[in-house]
Order: sequence, then C-alpha cells, then structure tokens
Amino acid sequence: MDGVPLTWFLMLSAVLFGLGVAGFVFRRNIITVFMSIELMLNAVNLSFIAFACRLGQVDGQIFAFFVMVVAAAEAAVGLAIILTVFRNRATLQIDELDSLKN
Amino acid sequence: MNPYLLMVVKAALVTGALLFTLLYIQWVERKIIAHIQCRLGPYRVGPHGLLQPVADTLKLLFKEDLLPGHVNRFLFLLAPVLAVSLALISISVIPFGPEIEVAGVRTWVQLADLNVGVLFVLAISSLTVYGVVLAGWASNSKYPLLGALRSAAQMVGYELPLGMAVAAPLLVSGSLSLREIVLSQQHYYGGFFPAWNLFRLPAPQVFGFLVFLVAAFAETNRLPFDLPEAENELVAGFHTEYSSLKFASFFMAEYANMITVCSMATVLFLGGWLPLFPAQYGSNYAPALALAAAGALWLYHGLPSAFRRDRWSLPAAGVAALVAAGLFLIPAVQAIFTPLFWFLAKTGLLLFTFIWVRGTLPRLRYDQLMRFTWTFLFPLGVANLMVTGLLVALRA
Amino acid sequence: MAAAIFLIFAFLAVVCGLNVVLRRHPVSSALWLIGVMVSLAVLYALLGAHFLAAAQVIVYAGAIMVLFVIVIMLVNAGAEQRSTASRMAQHAGLPLLAALLGALGYVMWRAAPAGKVAGAAAVGKGTAQDIGRALFTTYLLPFELASILVLIAVVGAVVLAYKEMD
Repeated sequence: MDGVPLTWFLMLSAVLFGLGVAGFVFRRNIITVFMSIELMLNAVNLSFIAFACRLGQVDGQIFAFFVMVVAAAEAAVGLAIILTVFRNRATLQIDELDSLKN
Repeated sequence: MNPYLLMVVKAALVTGALLFTLLYIQWVERKIIAHIQCRLGPYRVGPHGLLQPVADTLKLLFKEDLLPGHVNRFLFLLAPVLAVSLALISISVIPFGPEIEVAGVRTWVQLADLNVGVLFVLAISSLTVYGVVLAGWASNSKYPLLGALRSAAQMVGYELPLGMAVAAPLLVSGSLSLREIVLSQQHYYGGFFPAWNLFRLPAPQVFGFLVFLVAAFAETNRLPFDLPEAENELVAGFHTEYSSLKFASFFMAEYANMITVCSMATVLFLGGWLPLFPAQYGSNYAPALALAAAGALWLYHGLPSAFRRDRWSLPAAGVAALVAAGLFLIPAVQAIFTPLFWFLAKTGLLLFTFIWVRGTLPRLRYDQLMRFTWTFLFPLGVANLMVTGLLVALRA
Repeated sequence: MAAAIFLIFAFLAVVCGLNVVLRRHPVSSALWLIGVMVSLAVLYALLGAHFLAAAQVIVYAGAIMVLFVIVIMLVNAGAEQRSTASRMAQHAGLPLLAALLGALGYVMWRAAPAGKVAGAAAVGKGTAQDIGRALFTTYLLPFELASILVLIAVVGAVVLAYKEMD
C-alpha cells in the first residue's frame, strides 16, 4: 500500500489558496470575500498538517489547531461587523461602502 | 470469514434493526402518550394497534408528493436526505456489546470503532443543523425560514452544554474511543456496585448526565424544546412546505437522532452493555427473568379478558415471551444476547424518559429556551467539567 | 488505495472551491464551502490527523459555517449584482491568477522534501493523546492566549451586534 507524495498535498493547498485569493480580490459581496478568506485559511491548514505528517511531529497539527481557533474568533467578530454594516447601509456590496472616499 | 463479508452482514443487521426500531418507536410513543393522557392510543389496526406504523407508512407513501413551484428545488430535495442520512450514520460507532464468537467468527458487536468515536458523534450531530436550515431556506417562505433559523440557533446553543457534558466522562474514562469508554466502566466497587460513569468514584457524573439529557432534548428538537417544529407554532416550523415521504423523512431523522443520543448517554454514563450487578450474582439470567415476567403478565391479563381479540393475542404474546425466556437459559444464547439485552434495556429506559417528558412537560418559549442554555446549562456543564478535572487530578 | 482516496477528495475539494468563488448567491457559496471543509477533513484523516479531522468538522463545518449561513439568511441581501469595476481588471485577472498558481506550484515542486505521506507510509501521530500532550506542555502559553482571544471575540461580537429591544 503506497503512500501519497507530499507534493500532491502542497499542490492542492496551492490551488485552494489561489482560488481563495481570486475570490477575495474579484468578488463584490462582502460575505463571499470573507468566505474566500476562510478558504485560504483552510488551504494553509492542509499544508501544515501535510508537513506535520511528513516530519513525524505533531507541531504542525497544533499550528493548524490554533489557525482554526483564530479563524473561529475572526469569523464571529467579522460577521458581527458585517451585520452592523448591513444595518446601517442596507447593502453588502463592497463597491457601495465608499463613504470615506474623496 | 472474509472481513468485508462480515462487515456487510453486520451493517445489514444493524440497519435492519434500526429501521425496524424507527418504525415501531413511533407506535411505542403514541401508546405511552395515550396512556399518560388516560386514553388507549392506536388500538384497531392489528392487535393493540401494532400494525398502525405499517398503515401510516402506506398512507404517507400514497399521499400526493407536492413539489411547490416557489421552492429552491435542489436544496428542497437535499434537506430531508441530509437529515436522515446524518441521523443514521452515527449509529455506526456505538458499541452494542463485547467481543462475541458466532459460528467460529470472533467479532465485536459494533460496526466500527474509531479512536475518536466521541468526536465523530459530536461532528455528525453538529452537521444535523444543516438539514433543518436548508429545509427552511429552500422553502422560500417566511414561516419555514423563521422556524429554521430559530431551530438552528437553538441547536447550536445547546451543542455547547452537550460538548461539556460529554467531556467530563472522557476525563474519567481516559479515552475517546466508545469501546474503551465502556470497557473502562467494567469493574465493580465492593464486588457488587457497578462502576458506571454515573457512579464512578473520583467524580460521579450525575450533573454531567443531567446536562447531557437536557441538551439532548434540545438537540433532537423534542419537548420541552420543540418550539421550532410544533404544529401550533409558526404553522409547522421548518417542515411546513413538505409533504408525504419527505415529511416522513424528517420525523424518521428525529427519532433516529433520539436513538443516537440515548445510545450515547448509555455508553458514556450508564456503562453501555455492562450489567447492573456482576455475573456471579446471576446477571446473566436477567433477560430470562424479564421475559418470563412479561410473559406471565400477558398471560394473566389476556386469558380472562373481556375483548375477544385480547383473549388470543395477549396469551399468544405471553407464550412467545416464555419461549424466548427459555431460549435465554441456553449458555450460547446468553453469551451473545445478554450484553445486548442490557444495552437495549438502558437505552429503552432513556427513550421512555424522552417520551414520558413529551407527554408531561409544557413547551418552553424561545427566549426562555435560549436564556436557559446560555445562563444556566452551559455554566453548569463547565462547572461539572472543572470539578471532575479537579477530582481526577487529585486522585491521580 | 490512499492515492485513490486522495485524488477523489482533492478533486472534490477543488470543484467545491471553484464553486465557492464562482457562485452568485452567498448561500450557495457557503454550501460549497462546507463541501470543501468536509473534503479537507477526509484528507486530514488520511494524513493520520484524526483529532483535527473531527475538529475540522465540528468547529469549521459545524459551527463557523452555520454562523455564516445563519447570518446570510438573516441579512437576506440576495444574489450579488454585476460588477461595475474596470474591464481591464477583469480581463487581466485570470491570467494573473494562473501565474500566481504556477509560481506557487513551481516553488513547491522544487523545494518540498521528497517522501510520501498518508497511507501505510504515514508516521501517524495525530491522536487526541498526542495533541493533548503537546498542547498542555510545550504549547501551554499559546493555548491560554487562544482561550483569552476567543473570550475577546465573544465579547466583541456581542457588543457589535447588540440591538436594544424597545
């Protein structure tokens, strides 16, 4: 029973990270932007855990654990901010949240 | 024997038993609630209404299966499928009994023992929120959406005390694997008192058990926490737009969830398939005694009965129970079925408690429900965990 | 066999990820993101990180995404409108993304240590006991700080989203 090369996991992580960056840069809806950030965090978690398995340590998994905790905290606060923004502006398109411009 | 074939046979047996139980637990619930309310319950369809679930299934199958025009079709069809499949998956890690030997094949009476079995069950139960939320969203209508959001907030709010209540016996038993948790409760204090996690000496998990039960009531949307799906609240909650088989799936999912949490409570707190008193005091004969008592009772009530149907159906059941009691005296049968009997007795007792509470307590209002979890149940769970941790650390 | 599982769930993860980025309605994006997370949980289990696989489903797919979905449904803002941004950014976007991915992939191909993970070759340190041991001895300070961080987040979220009932 053969294993899976480490590079495959890293490629998958790169692809998911690239997709997250694309979503972050190109999407207009603020919640979708936020979800692209979560996608990027997940891609990074995959890298951490793949390396932890390759090096035989558990430290990479501890890193991934802390990334999850921080992502949870960030999601809670970020969504609270989005809710407040929606209450005040009635829009979720980041194009229209430009009252500080000019 | 080929391990794959063995796995298929075990899975088929467990699935069959589970689906049969799902069908008849509805009958049991209707009968118990009827007797609590001083009436008879289903009585006409078959002896004592035993064929009522079959009749209900046929009725639901032949009902018109509406797909309203305004719904989000894919999610509308996905939600009941998700609810039922997630509810049925968690049974696969519950240990029903010890290692047995049947016709030369040694196997554990458990489908799969994950070394993170407890986390697996918690993960599946946190995914069941999606069945409800998607049903409400897909219905594209305000009452289902409000009911679904309320139900989702309730389920998420009660997941935390559930997790805290589950964490405390893990400290005492020292493993996340459900099989190891049951095996760690295997000894007896003073030779006769069971060391179930409910009574375990460094820290008896009485409060943990209570918190788990209350949180389980809320997780399965049962009374007194069933506001999101009650008939007279918000029309019918998140399953307003569903009919026929899809509606039946949500109910099947609810009963399957109930069976799962009762099994988890049995494994975590009540010692799983372990008997109440050790084998040297005759616990192997408990199933035979129970069946003989049931048989005698049915014979006693059936023979002089005024109803013509009861005069043959009850004694027939009584004789069958006595024959089964006789079968249970055979050592080979005893070795396999006695642990299963104890597991089913404990789970059955908890299911009876669920149904009993449904027939007795009034419904909690939504804000009372949410306040209850965040200001009482969650702090109680955390306090239980801290006290358990302290006692375990002091003992070790 | 491990390679087959990896390929299936990696393909699933990429498809779900593409749909997260391409869908118009945020609820659809959220559901596809749940798909990504569950596929990644399977991959973590393949790598021997059983505790983290379960934590991924419990925390990410079962709590964070539920929060996302509830907020999207509460806000109910509808599908995203067509962007009025510059055309040049839209046309240059995809090639630049491909370039970024290519660069990342090339770096990894060259620099990653050779060796197989997953399947029978995995060293497999990922049980709850291992994580617990590391978390409560070597990484005790980050653990306590993370719990304070979560407390701050809870208080912050409540303060931000609080609405007076009148």
